[in-house]
Amino acid sequence: MEKLISRFFKIPNATSLPVYLAEGGYEAAKLALRNRKPEEIEGEVKRSHLRGLGGAGFSCGVKWSFVPRDTGKPIYLVVNADEGEPGTFKDKYILTYVPHLLIEGMIIASYAVGIHKAFIYIRGEYEMPYLKLKEAVGEAYQKGFLGENIFGTKFDLDIVIHRGAGAYICGEETGLLESLEGKKGFPRLKPPFPAVVGLFGCPTVINNVETLSYLPFIVQRGSEWFAKLGTERNGGMRLFSVSGHVKRPGIYELPMGILLRSIIYEHAGGISEDRKLKAVVPGGLSAAVLTADEIDVKMDFDSLKAVGSMGGSGGVIVMDETTSMVDALRVTMQFFAHESCGQCSPCREGTGWIDRILKRIVAGKGRADDVDHLLDIGKYLGGTTICALADGAQMTFLSYLKKFRKEFEDFIRNSSLRANAGWSSGGRPLGLPAPDGRSGTVSEAISGIASAGRLKAPSSQ
Amino acid sequence: MPTLKIDGKEITVEKGTTIIRAAEQLGVEIPHYCYHPGLSIAGNCRMCLVEVEKMPKPQIACHIQCLDGMVVHTQTKSVQKLREHILEFLLVNHPLDCPVCDQAGECRLQDYYMKHGLYDSRLNENKVKKSAKAVPIGPTIMLDSERCILCSRCVRFTDEISKTGEFGIFNRGDHSEIGIYPGRELDNKYSGNVADICPVGALTDRDFRFKCRVWYLAKTESICPGCARGCNITVEANLERPHHANGERIMRLKPRFNGEVNDWWMCDAGRYGYKFIDHDRLLEPLIRNQGTVQTTGWNDIVEEVIKSLKGVLKKSKDELAVLVSPEMTNEELYLAKKLFVKELGLERVLLLRTKADGDQDDLLIRSDKHPNRKGAEWIGFEESKRAIQEVIDQGLKGGLKGLILFGQDLAALYPGRNVEDLLQRLDVSVFVGSNHNLTSEHVQFILPAATYAEKNGTFTNFQGRVQRIREAIPPAGQSKAESEILTLFADHLKLDWSYENEEQIFDSLRRSVPQFQGMNYSKIGREGVPVE
Repeated sequence: MEKLISRFFKIPNATSLPVYLAEGGYEAAKLALRNRKPEEIEGEVKRSHLRGLGGAGFSCGVKWSFVPRDTGKPIYLVVNADEGEPGTFKDKYILTYVPHLLIEGMIIASYAVGIHKAFIYIRGEYEMPYLKLKEAVGEAYQKGFLGENIFGTKFDLDIVIHRGAGAYICGEETGLLESLEGKKGFPRLKPPFPAVVGLFGCPTVINNVETLSYLPFIVQRGSEWFAKLGTERNGGMRLFSVSGHVKRPGIYELPMGILLRSIIYEHAGGISEDRKLKAVVPGGLSAAVLTADEIDVKMDFDSLKAVGSMGGSGGVIVMDETTSMVDALRVTMQFFAHESCGQCSPCREGTGWIDRILKRIVAGKGRADDVDHLLDIGKYLGGTTICALADGAQMTFLSYLKKFRKEFEDFIRNSSLRANAGWSSGGRPLGLPAPDGRSGTVSEAISGIASAGRLKAPSSQ
Repeated sequence: MPTLKIDGKEITVEKGTTIIRAAEQLGVEIPHYCYHPGLSIAGNCRMCLVEVEKMPKPQIACHIQCLDGMVVHTQTKSVQKLREHILEFLLVNHPLDCPVCDQAGECRLQDYYMKHGLYDSRLNENKVKKSAKAVPIGPTIMLDSERCILCSRCVRFTDEISKTGEFGIFNRGDHSEIGIYPGRELDNKYSGNVADICPVGALTDRDFRFKCRVWYLAKTESICPGCARGCNITVEANLERPHHANGERIMRLKPRFNGEVNDWWMCDAGRYGYKFIDHDRLLEPLIRNQGTVQTTGWNDIVEEVIKSLKGVLKKSKDELAVLVSPEMTNEELYLAKKLFVKELGLERVLLLRTKADGDQDDLLIRSDKHPNRKGAEWIGFEESKRAIQEVIDQGLKGGLKGLILFGQDLAALYPGRNVEDLLQRLDVSVFVGSNHNLTSEHVQFILPAATYAEKNGTFTNFQGRVQRIREAIPPAGQSKAESEILTLFADHLKLDWSYENEEQIFDSLRRSVPQFQGMNYSKIGREGVPVE
């Protein structure tokens, strides 16, 4: 199948401008600026059904259309390159291997909406991607692709790169804006939405790196072609970041409607050491976990929503039969407790409370009423806060407890039996398959994401 | 003007009104912590979540604006359940130390737990340990981080109202703590307000802490006498437990909302300026005679003063001066004018400040540190430096025989002049005042006066707003309100005054001073009335 973005990952030195140009780079932007009207591009993007690939899945073109053009204030473009969703490392590949594609997408988006100043908020840990991006922006300025009179037209665009300082919450778009303004990354109350009141109080478009990187293809080949690559209302393809217990973890660019089963067993080569699949997180850590029986689902936003999970950031975390779901959930909730910004009471206190309960359970001190209790706390964690962090935490949390309830109950019962017998309490539950010499399998999968800063050779094909 | 329904009751509100405000207008109380009408909306406590029909999730009433046709429910089962669980979250890391917490009795966590919580604890975990336990963060405020619910009211207050920006929220998640930025302390002119707006026991007032349990406090609405602003306050006194706090009666002052005057705030100078009420008071009438001081009764001293005054007046009306002050109430100034100008025919009844001018800012503080200069002006007293200088010069030359002071510490106001010498040269010197000072040490007659907290009356603030003070505690010792003292003089002079209380004095004041026309005590009420 034809690759779009990931084609460049295989081209040696595609990060440099000459190579990118030789591959047809910036042709789409030239075409847009010279031969298209801004509103034509907006319409084209709407019809392409390009969705926000940072996680929210909102229609990109519709998002643009919310921006008021007549306020007398400047409109800003903010690129969300704060890729922090555990299990997701696609933007890092774009930034590192083909940063000009993002810049080209930014030029197109800016032209379409009437933007002359753009900010790229890049995750602080992304040292190499930052250096590559910075170099590329410099090259683009030198060539006249950025700055004044781009491609000899009357269109101007400046790009500022801003490095984050490591908080997950600064990937939430309004937390990001606060951080970009120099404040603490506290998500804002909505409404007003950033399209109307965004960066420095001005109308602002916030798009994810990958979303913008698909724009050149849409401009060149048209919305119809792009929309057809995907499913209904879920246009095109997306980059799936596959990690965990698969034979070939990595980035896979596949059509929106691909089956999860196909990603795991065909593209990623199946479960490592041919063990059995136990569970998959389909869209980054905030997405509800799916059991092995639920993988015949299309990976577009609407299909995943229909099964109670979400497409999210496209981070697919695969867990095999040796995984302790108790341990996996503990690591997951530790993450959310650590990253909750602390603004809203339910999220601040709820994630931390759940984290401490899970740690107690894993330490072998679980109580018979813990599961019911956790389920009840979980009910009030989400749907009650300023941003979606708690919603995501709730979704994933409740899915583990509901789908693997028996495992949690067995774990607690066994550890209390063990404690009564005077045995020391260990982290692993009895009655589960031996961990096969591997320990902390899911912690590993998830912390593997944290170490995703170390780039491996891309294994997309 | 959207019309909406809240709990079945219909209301039409101004465009832009939030649900919580509309509910308030209907008398529907929506519980909240972070929302404060004087601050920006933070929306973080989530206590005010309500159901709005056609909206998928519960909405915070403090932020969502009313729309036409909106249907809001604040009392459904699910809203009640939400409140219960938000409280449970807020209390996860909150210590159960109410018995030793100074906020107990006026704590929103306590109040809401009783009203919206009442669940059994399910907490089996240790609480997160916070760093600041009873840490003074400035001269006025103590911080207890473990009690904080991170509503950010204090942060918003110092950002938006005092504009001093000392507070921040540090760290993340359930390790978040409010605190003061490094190298700074909470030391601004309005710092005490953060203790008022803190809904829990995290920020407490160092001046008030542990002096008195709040349920012993008797609260009286009054006006701060600290400057010409006349901030609306509540005087909170402890009369039930006289053995507390070394017998002090006034425990604290709190600002009281008045949108025309001080909003929800008051300055620290006013807030902590109450100490004089229970310290260094003049408690009984005193006569000083060639170095010896003798206590006496009110009738005797008034007889004596009148006898001495008559001696002076026999020779010349020009040799007797009366100095009234802009700290006196409208009623007192009116009586002083009536007695000294109308009845006794004195020409030198002059207004003199009791305090030097001070700082002023754009929020509340006025440089004029007297509560009733405007009222004094309306009644006909204008302060003239020259006229006062003339009195002092005349006195120092031996040309003045009598002087009546209403609280002014001449010695402190004119440090360069030999006021002691002046007072010694007089045939009769009278000091009507509440507290000891340098001047009161040298006068012949001391008539102890009640403070503003011990009497009734009205002040007119710099805007021309007439506001009432009310007796919060009885006058200390034998002290009396100046209006009563002046009436006593009238009685002894056989004048036919028939005032039984301040309200009657005010009624006759409004008939003779045009600015007060049409006003009366019930119209002035709690919030005062502006001059028309």
